[in-house]
Amino acid sequence: MTEGIGVVGLYVHDQDAALDFYVGKLGFQVHTDARNGNYRWLTVKHPNQPSFELGLFLPQEPVLDAATAHTMREMVAKGGMPPLVLVVDDCRAAYDKLRAKGVEFIQEPVARFGGVDANFRDPSGNAWKMIEARS
Amino acid sequence: MASQDPALLRRLLRAKDRMDAASEEDWPVERLANVSGVSQAHFARSFKEAFGVPPHRYLLTRRIERAKALLRDTDAPIIDIAFQTGWNSLGTFGRVFRDVTGESPSELRAREQASAHQLDQVPHCFVSAAYRPDLKIAVSEKRRREAGDRSDPEETEVPK
Repeated sequence: MTEGIGVVGLYVHDQDAALDFYVGKLGFQVHTDARNGNYRWLTVKHPNQPSFELGLFLPQEPVLDAATAHTMREMVAKGGMPPLVLVVDDCRAAYDKLRAKGVEFIQEPVARFGGVDANFRDPSGNAWKMIEARS
Repeated sequence: MASQDPALLRRLLRAKDRMDAASEEDWPVERLANVSGVSQAHFARSFKEAFGVPPHRYLLTRRIERAKALLRDTDAPIIDIAFQTGWNSLGTFGRVFRDVTGESPSELRAREQASAHQLDQVPHCFVSAAYRPDLKIAVSEKRRREAGDRSDPEETEVPK
């Protein structure tokens, strides 16, 4: 298969903090980390999905004007960005492991609708739902 | 609207998250301000500016939302649902619930349970958000408007 979605980006408030979180805590891997002046194209990938990149981008000039960049930083910090879903085999085990690493959970694992789910946020405010798929 | 410091907003979001996670608990401004690391006066003003509603009205919407879900999805007695969602009297719960949603808890339960739902394919939080009451004005104000000019005793939105 050669066609498909390659990159989906998140806005983060700090790319170093995001890198530490997604790689150091969630266990993702760096896909591309390229700088050009103040601009940094940073993407990570899940170990099981080598061809899907999650971009960790700063809302910044000159891609956005200064006022829009600030608005985007506000939106992210207020939790206003779209939801993200991380699929895991064992939600409670993943919760214990990630919590021990300092991941900020906003909902403990709950069993419902035949699955188990928990919620956490990245340091910027992006919300992830962590779902153990129903078997 | 004036812009707010993203670092402050992230800390205000933390207080909102804490209310979401345990809306049945008491959330005096002091406790919320503590979560966000700001003064009480600053907290109340900044929260409203950030999220459009005062913190305690936000908490009320979450409690009503949760009560609606429990009425819909369980057969628990209404008094249990009232206590479970943070009220300490059935009377207050029933009255506030009607003020906010326009129907009594038992009416809502009867109507919701009569219609089939196909929401089990949607992640819980989105279903939940769809049931959140949209409270643009204070409950006391809503009550006042519905009652004409009849004056109501002042009440706080969330029992202490």
